[in-house]
Amino acid sequence: MLKASVLIIVGLLGAGTALAEEGEIRLLESGTDIKSTDSLQRGARNFMNYCSGCHSLKYLRYSRLGADLKIPDAEVVKNLIFTGAKPFDEISTAMPADATDWFGKQPPDLTLMASERGVDYIYSYLKSFYIDKTRPFGVNNLYLAGTAMPHVLSSLQGLQKPVYQNEQEHGSAKMVLVGVEAMTPGAMKPEEYDQFVRDIANFLDYAAEPIKATRETMGVFVMLFLLVFFVFAYLLKKEYWKDVH
Amino acid sequence: MSEEVDHSRRRLLTAATVGTGAIGVAFAAIPFLASWKPSARAKALGAPVEVDASKLEAGQMLKVVWRGQAVFVVRRVKGAVDQLGGHDAMLADPASNDSVQPDYIKSTGAARARNPEYWVGLAVCTHLGCSPLGAFQPNDSFQVAGADLGANWPGGFYCPCHGSKYDLSGRVFKSMPAPKNLTVPPYAIAANARIVIGVDDAPKTVS
Amino acid sequence: MAAAPESAGTGKGLIGWIDDRFPLTKLWKEQVAEYYAPKNFNFWYFFGALSLVVLANQLVTGIFLTMSYKPSSAEAFASVQYIMRDVEWGWLIRYMHTTGASAFFIVVYLHMFRALLYGSHRKPRELVWIFGCLIYVLLMAEAFMGYVLPWGNMSYWGAQVIVSLFSSLPIIGGTLVEWIRGDYNIADPTLNRFFALHVAALPLALVFLVVAHLMALHEVGSNNPDGIDIKKYKDDKGHPLDGVPFHPYYTVKDTLGVAGFLLIFAAVIFFAPNFFGLFLESPNFEPANPLQTPPDITPVWYFTPFYAMLRAVPSAFGTQVWGVMVMGAAIVVLFFVPWLDRSPVRSIRYKGPIYKVMLAVFSVSFIILAVCGMKPPSGIYPTLARICTALYFAFFLLMPWYTKFDSVKPVPERVTGHA
Repeated sequence: MLKASVLIIVGLLGAGTALAEEGEIRLLESGTDIKSTDSLQRGARNFMNYCSGCHSLKYLRYSRLGADLKIPDAEVVKNLIFTGAKPFDEISTAMPADATDWFGKQPPDLTLMASERGVDYIYSYLKSFYIDKTRPFGVNNLYLAGTAMPHVLSSLQGLQKPVYQNEQEHGSAKMVLVGVEAMTPGAMKPEEYDQFVRDIANFLDYAAEPIKATRETMGVFVMLFLLVFFVFAYLLKKEYWKDVH
Repeated sequence: MSEEVDHSRRRLLTAATVGTGAIGVAFAAIPFLASWKPSARAKALGAPVEVDASKLEAGQMLKVVWRGQAVFVVRRVKGAVDQLGGHDAMLADPASNDSVQPDYIKSTGAARARNPEYWVGLAVCTHLGCSPLGAFQPNDSFQVAGADLGANWPGGFYCPCHGSKYDLSGRVFKSMPAPKNLTVPPYAIAANARIVIGVDDAPKTVS
Repeated sequence: MAAAPESAGTGKGLIGWIDDRFPLTKLWKEQVAEYYAPKNFNFWYFFGALSLVVLANQLVTGIFLTMSYKPSSAEAFASVQYIMRDVEWGWLIRYMHTTGASAFFIVVYLHMFRALLYGSHRKPRELVWIFGCLIYVLLMAEAFMGYVLPWGNMSYWGAQVIVSLFSSLPIIGGTLVEWIRGDYNIADPTLNRFFALHVAALPLALVFLVVAHLMALHEVGSNNPDGIDIKKYKDDKGHPLDGVPFHPYYTVKDTLGVAGFLLIFAAVIFFAPNFFGLFLESPNFEPANPLQTPPDITPVWYFTPFYAMLRAVPSAFGTQVWGVMVMGAAIVVLFFVPWLDRSPVRSIRYKGPIYKVMLAVFSVSFIILAVCGMKPPSGIYPTLARICTALYFAFFLLMPWYTKFDSVKPVPERVTGHA
């Protein structure tokens, strides 16, 4: 009875997930390593150079970034702060508070994007722009149809074009967008570009929860301590309950 | 099979469990107690304040806010600085033994400043915390807030709340309501009369 | 004997002085050291004590969160990030609170299940059960309001949907909803009053109810897995033969229970505080946006069974109120269980196969309803939700009959086994 119920429930949850994928394109695996300080440092540099012009990280302070990513304050000021902010300040952008005239939509703050959509989404998004003449900036995105963002990294990645597939649905044929493929090369090789955006995604994963690496390390010690406590409590219980027959 | 209660084993296991539990509780208390320490935002808001004193004329003063408190920065007139040693008899604590200032300030004696031309100190009367007024002109009867500071007034600060008087180094006069000299915060002087209040050493400038 | 000159009692020193003025030793003896509980408590009996532990956790972490949280629509979201990043250890206090909220419901659901297993709701413990149901209802209100406080997009839209339910009530609906909200839409006044209720009013009420719950229990004594009355057979000292003093036997056993709970609790906090989007939901990482609804508005997992029931009932005669009534009835029916259960025996161990099947079906239906409530209302889920809603109600509404007609096994005179 118990086994049957467990199987039913797992099946239901699984069925739900499988259904969700129909009509949705699977995300690419980012392969990020939140513990890699090198990757995070590169990601911070990439973000500041290419993204911070429009996107703020308003809940993250430069000084926190410097401390966690092991970048000295002086270097943070020199290489990462372009707005004249002090190290203790939060990462803001020079983008005006109302940029809807420029883009149709305000570039969102990205501090929590990794928590909201996931690090794989950010990675997939940055890799999946394709040319689309109907859009104001000439590009669209596989993972966010009708995105208001231009392909800021196009000089590095090059340009991609959409891939359509003929699909039968209720007797009629439809062209469905299923992927993108490279069209013209950019300044970076594909693996280089992949690492470039992987580092950005990793950095944003860090920005969403700077304490993550620390809490996981701390967790190991807490679990070990609790295990010791559990063992003592177990032996104590057994000892006293010898009295009871 | 023995029915006897092994009391020593019970005591040992109880001690082990209670001991581990107590250690756990102590560790668990740390985050709650530590959360009361100034947060990163408080530290950011309390960050050092830079003052460009080069624009000050001699005899002029400006007030800035550091950690929620008003700080005087006074550019003292050359003559007044030389006379700072001449009225010790009128002061309650001429050597600043009972007052609050960094060691590098105390060692400068009567000047009570890293650069004798500029005096930096908290604009907080050591009596009950009012903000004193600048009364820099020495000599003659100098009227401030309706009070006649009398002849032989060497110049300094006057607190209108209860009448405490301080000299140009913030040292309190005898028989004043205020018990101590004005507090001097940690500060450093960087190049070109840039005073950084809140640090002991000037931060290196980044080109 | 008495050391302090003022102490007229038999107790010595400070304790004696207190005892003369306050029933300290008396309470300790009556409620703990000499409270005889059945010796056969099993795994299912951990969850009452664990509920107390989680309640204490929520109170302490909640108080500390209130020290840094700002209850205004302009500042709330940012203040949560302030806690997570700028306040020292703020992240840990916050995660303890969010994990504790979900842990509370897991523990409480298992605690309620124990009652259904062993008949802890039966006479003379009907009031214990009723206080418990009241605690459950208040807990749901407390958790709902707590979820609104971070003022994320799910906080906002979840509040919007649930508060709007009341608009389906005839005549008073519209005014009632505006009264609850304090504004024409979920807004700053709503947030601020939910904060006051969540931080002060409801915790106070919950603590009172928990005390009442325990007092009612201690008045009649605890039930046990065999469902028999241990006070029937006493020794020459007047203590139940099948009972053991709560201290040290159950203080020691509950310590073990707490240790086990903390292992799981810590594992979630330190390694998966979002718990795969179930404890901290993804849309809530975006600030409240009245102009954009998240693609799927679902309540937090502990409410989804009832949400599934709400959605399962179609609108009729131009109103959605039937779904609201069914959802309300699902909770109200709980209060009547002591009178719906007509079995001659308390514990499932001595009941027949019908009760066992019904309880199993009920439990599985509840879990399936929870899953349905998390999914968009398409595919097999609406039908499944309807079936399981029917099964949920069948468990309760048919209980007077099937508990009467079910077979029973002979109930032992003395308890079987021990912890």
